[in-house]
Amino acid sequence: MSKKLDKETMLKMYHKMVEIRFFELTASELFKKGQIKGSIHPYIGQEAVGVGACFALNSGDYITTTHRPHGHNLAKGANMSRIFAEILGKVTGYNRGRGGSMHVAALEAGTLIASAVVGGNIPIAVGAALTSKMKKTSQVTLCFFGEGATNTGNFHESLNLAAIWHLPVVFMCENNIYAVSTPIYYSTLIENISIRAKGYGIPGITVDGNDVVAVYETTSEGVDRARRGNGPTLIEAKTYRWEGHYVGEPRVYRTREEEEKWKKRDPIQRFEKKLLEMQILDEGRIQQIKEEIGKKVTEALQWALNSPLPSAEDATRFIYTDED
Amino acid sequence: MHRITYREAINEALREELLRDENVFLMGEDIGKHGGAFAVTKGLWEEFGSNRIKDTPISENTIVGCGVGAAITGMRPVIEIMFIDFITLALDQIVNHAAKIRYLSGGQQKVPLVIRTQQGGGGEKGTAAQHSQCLEAWFVHVPGLKVVLPSTPCDAKGLLKASIRDDNPVIYIEHKNCYPLQGEVPQNDYIVPLGRADIKRKGKDVTVIANGLLLHSTLKVAEELKREGIEVEVIDPLTFSPLDKKTITDSVKKTGRAVIVHEACKTGGIGGEIGMIILEEAFDYLDAPIQRVGALDAPISFSLPEEMRILPDEKRIKVAIRKVLE
Repeated sequence: MSKKLDKETMLKMYHKMVEIRFFELTASELFKKGQIKGSIHPYIGQEAVGVGACFALNSGDYITTTHRPHGHNLAKGANMSRIFAEILGKVTGYNRGRGGSMHVAALEAGTLIASAVVGGNIPIAVGAALTSKMKKTSQVTLCFFGEGATNTGNFHESLNLAAIWHLPVVFMCENNIYAVSTPIYYSTLIENISIRAKGYGIPGITVDGNDVVAVYETTSEGVDRARRGNGPTLIEAKTYRWEGHYVGEPRVYRTREEEEKWKKRDPIQRFEKKLLEMQILDEGRIQQIKEEIGKKVTEALQWALNSPLPSAEDATRFIYTDED
Repeated sequence: MHRITYREAINEALREELLRDENVFLMGEDIGKHGGAFAVTKGLWEEFGSNRIKDTPISENTIVGCGVGAAITGMRPVIEIMFIDFITLALDQIVNHAAKIRYLSGGQQKVPLVIRTQQGGGGEKGTAAQHSQCLEAWFVHVPGLKVVLPSTPCDAKGLLKASIRDDNPVIYIEHKNCYPLQGEVPQNDYIVPLGRADIKRKGKDVTVIANGLLLHSTLKVAEELKREGIEVEVIDPLTFSPLDKKTITDSVKKTGRAVIVHEACKTGGIGGEIGMIILEEAFDYLDAPIQRVGALDAPISFSLPEEMRILPDEKRIKVAIRKVLE
């Protein structure tokens, strides 16, 4: 059975959400200053989903993630410095600088892959769950994807296959409404993605993705079901990304009013309020925590900035196992 | 040694590897009790059960993706794609995932996945454009994949065992009209290593590089030309990626003449790549321009006269050899 949410765990979840928020704000600033090449896709506003879900997993469980992987990796226990390093293309990054922001995969924390092909990580999660079942390890795989991915063939085929084989996988749909610029109410007729689960004969549930406790409890149910051998669950966590799809994206497809409305439902503020009410935290302690984390983020970034880049000589290494 | 068919040789390889390594398992459509669309996996489900011989729904991309996920978490899946024409559905998982994961992870992950499929047209099994293509060139073009095409029973068994033991993703392409061909196959545990071409017939006058059913056509032509005093050296590349350039170029340096034969259509076929390699590495040794024999650039027709016109045959191989000897 999943762990009941005790005070200590709730504090850890709070820490983690703040860490993710500060990390993403810092990374975004770095990008705006021109210090990161390519593109980054910030998780700002969605922290409750990643944290609520990953805290329902054991350290030995797996996750697969997407082009927006920083929050998931951090929630699962990855090291900030090495994520910064990866974003900067440094050799000390989790992927040796090979992937950059969209492919950060902290294997040591259980992140198997961050795929930038929408839905591409879903069949892979099914495969990892298959291994757990075949080897009888009782590991569970949690698969993150957005609402846009639920229209891909990957989603359809994967949920079906996981269902018929009763695989230990939890499918976590982060419905942040927009797939780049395309809202879910354009691309899909149904209101709740979770009802698609019925089409595969598996349980589906919609949860407030900005309520970290609700996400934790719902995910725990799915994880327990999977670990007991009773197959997959589809969870839809409704949330919102504060930034554009990528940093700097003009967001012409939504209003600033809508954004403000969602910012008032800030998952971190909501959790703070709850922790204050439960007297697990006070304002002073909150300030302290934020200062500590701010410092940690700064140090992590500095470590990454000081890290070396890989050598150009290594450009064709690590393609085949026998040619390294 | 025993004399068995290409199909039986592949079945033996699968069986022996399933016995040898508990991480090996099969996934594919109709491979279980049905024994596979071409009867290649016949008997395996009875012996190993549903846990290791897994029938799947029609979901090529996810079958392969599931294989990728299993491979990166410690299993060694062997996936069957019924016809190479359907591999198009799985290209995202093959090209964007299987082939890239090791590189993207900075060498921390490996993908020991084998995708078995079959290709080719013509003959009794000729069933037109969506069931007859030869697509090996696509996969040769993707760094991170290995591409293997066996033409004989002995090679089929040894190469498949080697592919299953290889820690990289391997596209193992059988030829549907090779399935009934018989040949001597060792009964002990042996492998045919990847990355090494095989000189199927030695000769001094011309190097012909051929594979699949056309390897056998080429050997037949070589035997006929011997009576005219022409000695053809026939090379079967076996592995197309990584290609054994040395065996091929050493041969051309000896004979001075090269013909490349493949059933895939000529334009964009592997013949262009091999021809260019010969030009780059053995140009000074060439006594004639390189000849290529490939299918006409057309989908494969169902109707017999059209199908036969499109596909290369012994006649066209002979014409090409004569041309290079002019």
